[in-house]
Order: sequence, then structure tokens, then C-alpha cells
Amino acid sequence: MKTCLATRVSCLACGAAMIAASGCATTANNPRDPFEGFNRAMFAVNEGLDVVVKPVAQGYDTVAPLPVKVVVGNFFGNLWDAWTAVNNLLQGKGQQAISDVGRVLINSTVGIGGAFDVAGEMGLVKHYEDFGQTLGRWGVPDGPYFYWPLIGPRTTRDTFGWMVDTYYDPVWRLDDVPLRNSLVGTRYIDMRASLLPSDKVVEEAAFEKYNYIRDAYLQHRRSELFDGELPREALEDESSNPAGTQP
Amino acid sequence: MKSLFSLLFGLLLIVAPAAAQELSPDALVRKVTEDVLSVVRQDKDIKSGDTRKAIALVDARVLPYFNFQRMTALAVGRDWNKATPEQKKRLAEEFKTLLVRTYSNALTSYRDQTVVYKPSRLQPGDTSVVVRTEVVQPGSRPIQLDYTLEKQDESWKVYDVVVAGVSLVTNYRDTFRQEVSNHGIDGLITMLADRNQQLQVGKK
Repeated sequence: MKTCLATRVSCLACGAAMIAASGCATTANNPRDPFEGFNRAMFAVNEGLDVVVKPVAQGYDTVAPLPVKVVVGNFFGNLWDAWTAVNNLLQGKGQQAISDVGRVLINSTVGIGGAFDVAGEMGLVKHYEDFGQTLGRWGVPDGPYFYWPLIGPRTTRDTFGWMVDTYYDPVWRLDDVPLRNSLVGTRYIDMRASLLPSDKVVEEAAFEKYNYIRDAYLQHRRSELFDGELPREALEDESSNPAGTQP
Repeated sequence: MKSLFSLLFGLLLIVAPAAAQELSPDALVRKVTEDVLSVVRQDKDIKSGDTRKAIALVDARVLPYFNFQRMTALAVGRDWNKATPEQKKRLAEEFKTLLVRTYSNALTSYRDQTVVYKPSRLQPGDTSVVVRTEVVQPGSRPIQLDYTLEKQDESWKVYDVVVAGVSLVTNYRDTFRQEVSNHGIDGLITMLADRNQQLQVGKK
């Protein structure tokens, strides 16, 4: 079996960084973010990288006509649907897993290699699962929050989840290295481009971008764990008592 | 007979506006969304990033259906009860300005998305409900956009907006709590006011 060097290297790097970070826990304001010093440094690194990545994504977003962007998004989405099916199965959500398998079969054939979301038109709803969510369903807690270069925010659990996602990622497993690299690159730019609309919102909404992104990421992942059906009480657990809302 | 008819007609006139105010939460979210989107679709200025115009649209079409006092209380959390009525009023005013700007900015990036409305599970007698919608964009994962509404004097008002699981309101809670513990309620008011001023000066 072909082992994926890149994944191994990045796993090692993440592991090493985690150990390094655990050695330098300093002043932390948020109990969920004990390695804030390290994370802020990595956040700065990413903001620096984005000076290059963002214009590329903007260029792609401007130049590529909508049908092209849709086909690119569908193609990578179809690959992920297969992984979503596996994870839904691992989480015991059989019905969703069957629907996901159906999506992949239909879109890979009738949808010409995943270029068109025919299954979606037929009413098979797209789900999104990853291994971090599966671990969460199995009861693995979040663990400390991390901010990694290139991949961005992840809890400890989701960092391990991401490693497993990447290990089984069909794109990373391609033997043809130039093809693999260009697919990885295209997917990264497509992903960055899809985040462009939220850039301005975050810039204006946030008092401090680092905090805002951390808090939003943690809320977002918690909601994903519940497949978007987070019980309302969980959000309001510390809300002031309603009687106090009157002036 | 004629007087009976005019009586009925008169009753209709009285009843109709009242009924219009009592839209169900589902119907209300759909109406406001469609109202706003139909304007944005035809407005080149908004689509090319005219924030001021987007804010005017939100002010006119969305604000009447939002309860900012409740929203602010939710964002501030436990410290809300420490604020005086005057401080509460100012907090709500500043927070409203910030949220309206955020919401309006999101509108300027509207392109070809469609909104799918999911039926809410409203039980008779409920005074709070979540209305779930999904913003569908070809080639991308749909974005979940949920509104939490509360019944207030017979009409429903939105007090939380949740995008992809992230509440635009409670996401501020830690930041606000920290500011209150460092500089008190007045510190938080100043922080909000400064931010709003900065944004107003910086952008059109």
C-alpha cells in the first residue's frame, strides 16, 4: 500500500507542535484556549500567508465563470460525500449513509465524475461529516483549541480527525504527484474563494479577529456535532433571566 | 340588510390589520427574507458593495421584526442585570448599530443563492421558536441560517440569528464579559460606540 508521505510529515509536525505548545502555556484568558500564545503566533503566520492566498482566490473567483466554479465545487464535494458516507456509518446513522452512497453512485455516473449534482436535484440531501465529528459522536471531548498554519482552527480532537481525513483522502493518495499537487492546490483555492464573502463580515463584526474566529469555530463545530440541530437551551445556558430583559 | 353588510365590512377593516401583524414565525421569516432579496436582486449598488444603501434597506424592512433589547441581553449574558435602565438602552442602541452593519454587509455579497425554508416545529402555546432556513449555492455546501423568535404582545420578533451554527449574538459573549469585568458596563458601551464610529468613518 502506498503510504502518504505528506500526511505523515504533517502529522509529525502537528504532533511536535502540540508538544512544543504544551510546554509554553502562558497567560490564557479562555480555559478552552490554553495555548493562546502559540495559537496567536500561528494566526499571524496564516494572516501573512493569506496576503498571497487571498488574491489568488479572488482572481479565481473573478475570472472563473459560475458554471466552472460549480463544477469544481461539485467534483471535490463528490469525493468528500464518499467520506461522509463512511463517517455516517461509523456514527450509526445508517439511513444517511445509504443516501450518501446513493449520491456518490449517481453523481459519479450520471453526474459525469461528480461534475454535476444530479442526486441533489433528485432530492438526495447533501450531508457533511468528517472524522472529527465521528470522534465527537463517540464521546471524545474537544480538548484544547489550536490554530494551525494553512489548515486554520481545530480543536485537539478535530486535529486528529483532520489527520485521519487527510490519510484517507483520495486526492492525497494519487500516485501522479503533479496531478495530486494541482488538485490539492485547486481545492485549497476553491475553499478559500468560498470564504471570501465572510471576510468582510468578520472584519467588521469582530472586535478582535482572533477571538471572534475562535469563538465562532467552537460554536460551529458544536452545532455540526448535532447536525445543525443544537438544542436551543444549550446556547442560552448562561443567558440572563428573561424577566431581566425589560428595561 | 345593508347595515349588516356595512357592519361586516367595518369589522373586516378592523380585523385585517390585526391579522397581518400576527404572521406565524415561518411566514414572517419568509416574508422578510423575500422582501429584502427582491430588492437586493435588482439593486446594482448593493450588489457592488454599497453598505450605506444596504443599511437603509435593513433599517426599513428588517428592523421592525427584531427585538434588540432581547438580543443585547443575550449577548451580554449575566452582566445584563447589573446594568441600569439607561445603560441597557445605550447598550442596545450601540449593539443594534453594529449588528445592522454586519447583516447589511452580508447582503452586499449576495449573488445567486436561493433560500430554502424548513417548516418549524411550533406547538400551540409556544412563545419561542427556531425557524430554520438554508442558503443554497450551487457547487458549495448549503449554509444553514436560523432565526430564533419570541412572541411579544401577540407578534413575533427575532432575537437571534445563527449562521452555520454560529450565533451572531452569543459569539460576542466572551468578549463582552471580559470587557465588563475589566472596565464595567460603561467600558462595554464605550467599546461598542468606538467600534461603530470607527466603522462609520472608515467606510462609506
